[in-house]
Order: sequence, then structure tokens, then C-alpha cells
Amino acid sequence: MANVFSYSIGRKLLMSLSGLFLIMFLFVHLTVNSFLLLDPVFGTQEGDMFNAGVHFMTMNPLIKIIEPILFGGFILHVLYSIVLTIQNMRARGSAVYASGNKTSDVEWSSKNMFVLGIALGAFLVIHLIQFWIKMKFTGDPLLADTTFSYFGVQTTGHNAYALVHEAFQIPWVIVAYVVGGIALAFHISHGFWSALHTVGFSNNIWLYRLQTLSTVLAWIIGLGFCTIALVQYAFYPLS
Amino acid sequence: MSEQHKGLNLTLKVWRQKGPKEKGHFETYSLQNISPDSSFLEMMDVLNEQLVTEDKEPIAFDHDCREGICGMCSLYINGRAHGPDEDITTCQLHMRKFKDGETITVEPWRSAGFPVIKDLIVDRGAFDKIMAAGGFVSVNTGGIPDANAIPISKDKADEAMDAASCIGCGACVATCKNGSAMLFVSAKVSQLALLPQGKIEAARRAKAMVAKMDEVGFGNCTNTGACEVECPKGISIANIARLNREFLKAKIQD
Amino acid sequence: MTTFNSKIPEGVVAEKWDNYKNHQKLVNPANKRKLDIIVVGSGLAGGAAAASFGELGFNVKCFAYQDSPRRAHSIAAQGGINAAKNYTNDGDSIYRLFYDTVKGGDYRARESNVYRLAQVSNSIIDQCVAQGVPFARDYGGLLDNRSFGGAQVSRTFYAKGQTGQQLLLGAYSALSRQIGKGTVKMYNRTEMMDVVVIDGKCRGIVTRNMVTGEIDAHFGHAVVLATGGYGNVFFLSTNAMGSNGSAAWKAYKRGAYFANPCYVQIHPTCIPVHGEFQSKLTLMSESLRNDGRVWAPKRKEDAEAIRAGKLKPQDIPDEQRDFYLERRYPAFGNLVPRDVASRAAKERCDAGFGVESGEAVYLDFKYAIDRLGRNVVEARYGNLFQMYEKITDQNPYETPMMIYPAIHYTMGGLWVDYELQTTIPGLFAAGEANFSDHGANRLGASALMQGLADGYFVLPYTVQNYLADELHTPRMDEKSEPFEKAVAEVKNHINKLMSIKGSQSADTFHKKLGKVMWEHVGMARNKEGLQKAINELTQIKEEFWKDVKIPGSADDLNPELEKANRVADFIELGELMARDALAREESCGGHFRTEHRTEEGEALRHDDDFAYVGAWEYAGENQDPNMHKEDLKFEFCKLNQRNYK
Repeated sequence: MANVFSYSIGRKLLMSLSGLFLIMFLFVHLTVNSFLLLDPVFGTQEGDMFNAGVHFMTMNPLIKIIEPILFGGFILHVLYSIVLTIQNMRARGSAVYASGNKTSDVEWSSKNMFVLGIALGAFLVIHLIQFWIKMKFTGDPLLADTTFSYFGVQTTGHNAYALVHEAFQIPWVIVAYVVGGIALAFHISHGFWSALHTVGFSNNIWLYRLQTLSTVLAWIIGLGFCTIALVQYAFYPLS
Repeated sequence: MSEQHKGLNLTLKVWRQKGPKEKGHFETYSLQNISPDSSFLEMMDVLNEQLVTEDKEPIAFDHDCREGICGMCSLYINGRAHGPDEDITTCQLHMRKFKDGETITVEPWRSAGFPVIKDLIVDRGAFDKIMAAGGFVSVNTGGIPDANAIPISKDKADEAMDAASCIGCGACVATCKNGSAMLFVSAKVSQLALLPQGKIEAARRAKAMVAKMDEVGFGNCTNTGACEVECPKGISIANIARLNREFLKAKIQD
Repeated sequence: MTTFNSKIPEGVVAEKWDNYKNHQKLVNPANKRKLDIIVVGSGLAGGAAAASFGELGFNVKCFAYQDSPRRAHSIAAQGGINAAKNYTNDGDSIYRLFYDTVKGGDYRARESNVYRLAQVSNSIIDQCVAQGVPFARDYGGLLDNRSFGGAQVSRTFYAKGQTGQQLLLGAYSALSRQIGKGTVKMYNRTEMMDVVVIDGKCRGIVTRNMVTGEIDAHFGHAVVLATGGYGNVFFLSTNAMGSNGSAAWKAYKRGAYFANPCYVQIHPTCIPVHGEFQSKLTLMSESLRNDGRVWAPKRKEDAEAIRAGKLKPQDIPDEQRDFYLERRYPAFGNLVPRDVASRAAKERCDAGFGVESGEAVYLDFKYAIDRLGRNVVEARYGNLFQMYEKITDQNPYETPMMIYPAIHYTMGGLWVDYELQTTIPGLFAAGEANFSDHGANRLGASALMQGLADGYFVLPYTVQNYLADELHTPRMDEKSEPFEKAVAEVKNHINKLMSIKGSQSADTFHKKLGKVMWEHVGMARNKEGLQKAINELTQIKEEFWKDVKIPGSADDLNPELEKANRVADFIELGELMARDALAREESCGGHFRTEHRTEEGEALRHDDDFAYVGAWEYAGENQDPNMHKEDLKFEFCKLNQRNYK
């Protein structure tokens, strides 16, 4: 068992497990983000539910434990993608086909996972600078404490909503989020089923089911993030 | 069969390489009046005959059975392993798939695991090495119980047969952006893992074959599926999932 | 120097093989390591033999001209493999398989060998299943069988339409296991150029590395040739492009007798020749004749109109179609044996009723589709139809398939005794390379059986029996004088070829040879034609050695040199085939002499004069070879005229 990661399939296992873990995190993230859309639906105060959600995420001890694991998983995913890509380029050899590759019926995203990954990495830098670093370390005037209903109790906490609300008024940020969301959708549309394939959960029948599921899931996540940003921009201008 | 077809005039760009260590290059040839009913390799025969007449060295390419089963032929034609048709090997490709006046680019399989020997011939010995590492059931000749002693469900037998139809041509590796041999290895591991005879040493086999596959320099599979599209025998990448499963199951027990 | 004794063991036919095994000599395990066996060829016979020798502990070297042992042409066999398992409870037995094979071979095979073949057939199926060969099964999980030509029982085991492939991959996997263990050393892309005979015994071979051009000698205490048949003498055949008769021919020239070279199997259902550029012929499985009806136009003007492209076969009404097999052989109809069906097609075409180029007849599925529905026909033959369409661009669901006979298999080969040993001690021949089991005609699904029987279950015993007396022969230095001399001879031969620098390619000669062979030594032969063929072949040979053109160098991968070297042997082999056909003044199985037929035009055997194996001995360059006769005794099968009417 110990040396499983010295085999190609073992290395891919790391990619798969870390990828699946990141998808799980994205789901949680998307759930919290979706609160941005829910305030108007439930008629609560602007940003109430979102702030409560953020509060939950920052205060929950479980999340505190998972956070470093998440970070580790991310680093692992990136590092192994680099290792595997280099190995694969070496295996492909230096000679390139002059007539290119005209094999049809191959998922575009599956051939461009690394490129999509780089795009996502770039997006992540913007995203982290804009929110995570401010919330975690540097702080920001917009984050000044506010009160909101937290499981029915009026609670004081960061006004994360204000920060997000302002950021989503800047056109280039919206463009970045839309591009990022689409890249994410493509990345996951291959990544999800491929990860399950690599851990061995697939066969002749499930292969196609998983591929469909993967596409649906990916676009829910990807479009979910862009839609939230777009709705904020289009319908909730700064007052 | 088809008097209505007239001969094709073609331009061929063919990879020429004197030997494994020499630098290769493309050479352009023109061919007149090729019958659309001839096979691609027969067209190559005509070209070679022409080269012999012109006192030039003919193009070396691998071929043998010319009926799509031996797995010897191996050309990368116009951007595709085994050329522009589905579920066939190069020897089954016919010239009616090409248009008059077309330029056809012919290249050898390219992958670090398949070094070029000469012109369009590559060395696929790495496949044999993987097979020698574990692609078998460890039984000696003789002393075997009756063939019907172990019933095998028809579904399993048919699935094993589908995996076993691999001809070892290497199109999967040639077309894979990662130069991975997973489809080849998974076909053999699947065939034997599906049958009770092979199941006994399934764990050992999966580990040994994957280790050898890594050692001889094939890449890591990213489930792109191009291999499945170009495989002349239509072997499914579901076999790759089975290989992953067999391998991980084996490693967990270590 | 040569012996000519078939060494058939004593006893009734059913006990001969057991008697042999009970009394043969063995080699103990420690001594096996000291003995080297060379196996040339990696097909069913060679691959199985090399793997089995390795398992026993011998030191094995195996040679193949392809890039991997898995590519041998055994792989192309479609239909199946026979065995006397009687799983179907339809009355099969070892005796019946033996009898059918002898009868199917038109009573020109050696009874003792055929009986042994039938005996070990059952073990082959067991062995293959244990190796993981995915034979077709029924829903109950047990093995399925189908029926084949020339038998009244269902005894054919199959794996889709790829039985040969699966059996070969089974043997290849067993061989791979031994290669991994180091007991077998595999030499791919290596062609055998000669055998080395020292003091009357075969001691090794000389090879050419087809990548580097190096000529090397290899020592072996015994040498097995499992190099397949020589059907490519005809240029166009269903054989692989590289299949050749050179290994057997070199052995012949070193003193091994060559038996029954004229026995050639012509398969009735191949896709017709469609142009000068054609390089090989593709077989359509015999199973198609189960549901397809063979016909040619009844009226000559219809045939002419089709040839001129003015009429389509679909437009000819049933009453104007001549279902000639059903007409001539009402009892067996479209399922007559291969030789009979082939001759009947040729008869129609020669009489002017052929379609397409004039050398084709129809195999029509219209009736099957009407009777069973398109779905059923598709389920049974879908992959074959697709293959046909890829090649011809015609849809066999809508227009009848066109077929014509083509060279498929050679029953003749190196003469071997009961132990599969040639007349050179220490040199064995197995599979299609020997002559032993099929007589004058081979039944469908029996080639796979014979190859594996020889490789798995006969040679491991008989070679051991020979090697038991070789324990004290030390390994010989491959640089020693006799080996060096053999190497020098091969180098001279190659230099001679390379230095001709003529004007015609090897293929040009091969095509010329093929034409002569097909015309005069093909499906129908006669004295005049055969004599003509011998004269023409002499001329072709002369021209070849003056005018063949081989570009490139001998120290490199050079396919033109490989071809020229093989064609040189094919020309000589073709001549021997013609001589043998000339000497055999009768018709039997695949050998049909137009002078010897019944009033209805069927093959006529002359058992009193020709119930023998014609074994030819090389007498030297440009000398007439000598024929030796091994009389065939039929103690257990009664000699009968075959009748399929």
C-alpha cells in the first residue's frame, strides 16, 4: 500500500481524490453564495442570510479543521497536475504529428484540463485577494460589524455582504467571474466522471451515466457562480 | 467493382527516416490514377513499386495479414491513427475515403514508448514486455480439468471476449495525448479478471503489468477517450476503470 | 544420411499414442536446462511448442519475422477449432473425428497421426479454457458449439469470428510467461535463412536480423520449424503478406524431404480479385454458406450484360438463376466441402457464366433475409457483411455478395514421421509446415486443432524422446567452423541477390510466378499445363537471377531484400509443386487433374496406384528431385469414394 503513489494509477488516485474533495468544497461554497439570492426571496434584510452563512462558516469548528485539509488538497491537486503533465509530455515524446490530431468525439475539456486548471488558478488569485485575504487577514472597512439573524438569534459579525456587493459592481470582476465559472464548468465536466473512473467506479453502463451526471453537475456549479455574480451586478446596484 | 470511379491523383507527404538515430523528414510524392477500390496499403505498394523503378529506396512500413487482425500495420494518416474511417486498421482503409487531388500525410506512430526504427516502422516491443510481466494465466501445458468444469456466465464470457479482441496495434498509444498504454493494458487485465481462471492471480497481474507499463515509459491516463475512438476493435475505456479497480484493490491488500 | 521410416508405433490405432508415451525416453529436470531447443515461428504450433518446452525446463530460443510473436498468421483464422468433446451429445467421438478427418482428406493422410490428433483435441480445449481463452458460451455457462463443413456433428468451438486470434493470444500469453521467466528467449524481426546440419544431425539455424541485417548462427540440440504454409507461391492468397515457404525450403535443400507439395486448399468464398494492384485476398467465413445461396446466371447473355454493367443481379428473376451447387449436389447443397464448391464455381466461370470480371459468382442472402428477417441475418453475419462492404463498397443486404475461390492453405509440407521429425534427425516440423494430418484436403476448423496439438501435446513428448540421446552433446560454439561456414553461405546468397542489380522488382517476379501457378497448378490441372508450368518456371527463375532489382543495402531494414529472398525460394517450390502434381495421376482433395474425373466431372481417385505420400528429396541445383513413396495403409478407415450428391 505504502508505495501506491509511485505507480501511475496511484498518482492519478491522488488527483482524483483531491479533485473530488475540491468539488465537495465548491458545493458548500455555492450553497453559501446562493444565500445572496435568497434574501429577496424570503424578504429578509439585504445580506442577512449571506452574512449568517459566512458567520457559520467562520465560526464552525469543523470548517476550521477542514480548511487546512482543503488547502492541502488544493496544493496536492496542483502539484500532481504538474508532475503528471510533465510525465505525459515526456511519454508523448518530442516528435509532434505534422498532421495534428483529428480524432473526433473527444471531449474538448478532457484534452485541456491543465490549461483550464491554469485559468482557474489565475481566477483564484483574484478571488482570494478580493475576499479571502481581506476577511481572514487584512480586514476591510466594508467588513465593519453588522447584525443579522443567525438561526433566529440577532448576532453581530462581519458584513461580508457589503464586500461582495461592492465587488460585484465592477464590470471586469463580473467578466472574470463569468469566465472563471465557465472554465470551472468545463474542468468539472470532465474531472468528476474521470475521478470516479480513476478510483474504479465505472463500467460499461455507468460510464455514460457518470458522464451525463458530470456534465449536469459541472454546469450547475459553474453557471451557479456566474449567475450569482451576474444577478448581483444586474439587479442590486449600490444604493 | 466500380467502373464509374475514376482513378485518383494524389500527393503523399511521407515521413522518411533512415534509422532510429537519424533525423527524419517529410518527402513528397505524387501518384497518378490510383483506383478508389484499392486499399491504402495497396496504394503504398504502388508507390513503392514506382520508387523501385526510379532507383529510390522504397518506404518501409509494417504490415502482414492485411485483413485487420494481426495488428502489424500502424500508420498515422491525416491526423488519425489508422486513417479516416471508423473501426478499421490501416490495411482495411480504402482509397475511396480520399478525394481526387488530396494531399495525404503519412506518419509513424509517435510516442516515446514506440521509437521509430525506420521510415514508418516503430518498435512496439514495450507491449510484449508488459505482457511478459503478467499478461497470462499461470498454467502449464497439461493436467487441466475438463473445459466445462467451471461454468462461466455468458455475459462475463462475452465481456471478456470484447476485451480480448485487442490486436495490440498500438493505435491507443499513438493517438493518446499522454502516450498512455492504459487501454492496451486494461484490455488484457479485464479479460483475465472477468474469468474465474484468471481471477486467482488478478491482483498480482494488475500490479505487475502496471509497474511494467510505467517502467517502459508510457504516460498517465487522463481518461480522454481518444484511444477508444481510434481503436480498430472498439475496445471500451470501461476496461480502464476495471484496471484501476483491480490495481487499487490489489494495492490496498498489500 | 537420411532415413525414411514413419516410425508408427505398434498396436491398434487407439493405443498407439499411449504406447508411444509409455515407452518413450525422458530427460530428467536437471538435464533439461542443459539442452537447447530452437523454435522457428511463433504461431499456434510454434508458440505453443516454445511455451511448453520452456515450462518443461528446456532452454528455448524462439524466432519470428514479425515484430511480436502475437502477429503470426494463425491469428487470422475465423471459424473455430474442432474437438471430439461430444458436449452436444450428438454422437461425436474420437473415432468419428478421426474418421471424418481421414475421409475429408480424401484418404491421403496417415491414419496413426490423424488418430492422435483426434485424441489430443479434447485436451486442447481444456488447455485453452484454462489459459483464459473466451470461447463462446451458452446461458448455462457451458461451452457452445457450432457445426462446420464435412461433419454431421457440432464439434466446433469458437470465439466470435476470431477463434484463431483468441487461441493464438492464449499461446502467446503462455509464451510471454516463459519469456518473462527467462526460459524462452524471443527473437522478433528475425528471419531464418538456413538450417545447420552437422554430421547428419540438425544442430542449429542461421538467421538474419531484419532490422540490422546481421547474419547470426544459433545452436540448438533440436530445431523445430513451425513456419506455416507456402500458399503465397500463388502471389494472391488469403495468407499474410509475409507468410513464406523459405524455412521449409531451406530445410528441403539440406536434406529434409518435402511431402505432397501439390496439395493446396482453395477456399470457395473469398472476395474476388478486383485489380492489378491487388496484394492479397480476403476470406469470407465458411459459415456464410449456411444461409447464403450460391448462384450464377442461367443465361450467358445475362452474365455478359452484368459484366458490361448493363444489368444488376437483383434484376435477374429466380428462374433465370442457376443455383448450381443445389442443382449438382442436392444432398449437401451449398454446404459441400471446400474443394467441391471451389471447382464448381470455376466450372461455371470457365463456361462463361461468371460475373464482374468473369471470375466471380454470387452468394445471395436475399432468401435468408426473406425467410429470417434482416435482423436475424445481421445478428449472424453483421461483422462479415461490414467487412465485405468496407472492401467492396457494396451492401450485401441489398445486392448479392460476389465470391470466388482463392488459395487458402497448403496441406503439403515437410515430410515428418510419427514423431514430427523430418528426415534430418533433430529437425522437427509442426503445424501447417508439415504435411501430416490433412491428407489431400483439410476440413474447416482443423488447422487450429492441428497446430495446437503439435505444439502443446505432441512435440513436448517426441522432441524429448530425441533429446534423451543428446544429453552428452555439449553446446556448440556458434563461432565454430561448421556454423561459420553456414553463415558465410547465407552471406554469399544475399550478396548474390544484392549484386544482380537488374530492372524488375521482386513483386514483379512474384506476380509472374503467381499467374503461372494459378493457371496451371491451381484448381484444375492437367499434364500439358503442368509441363508448361515447369518450363515457364524455369524461365522465370533464370530471369529472376539475372534481372531482379533490390534497392537499398543488405545491412539495413530492407523489405525488398526480404521479398526477393522469399520469391527466389517460391519459384523453386512452385516447380516442385508442379512436378508433384504431374506425378500424381489422379484427382484427390485439393488436387484435381482434369484427366481423372468421373463422368459427372467429379474427382476420381486411383487408390491402387496413388495411396501414398509423395516425399521429394532434393538432388542438387538444377537436378531433378527424387520422389520417395510412403505407402498409406488404411487399417481402420475403409477407403471410399466421397459422395456429396
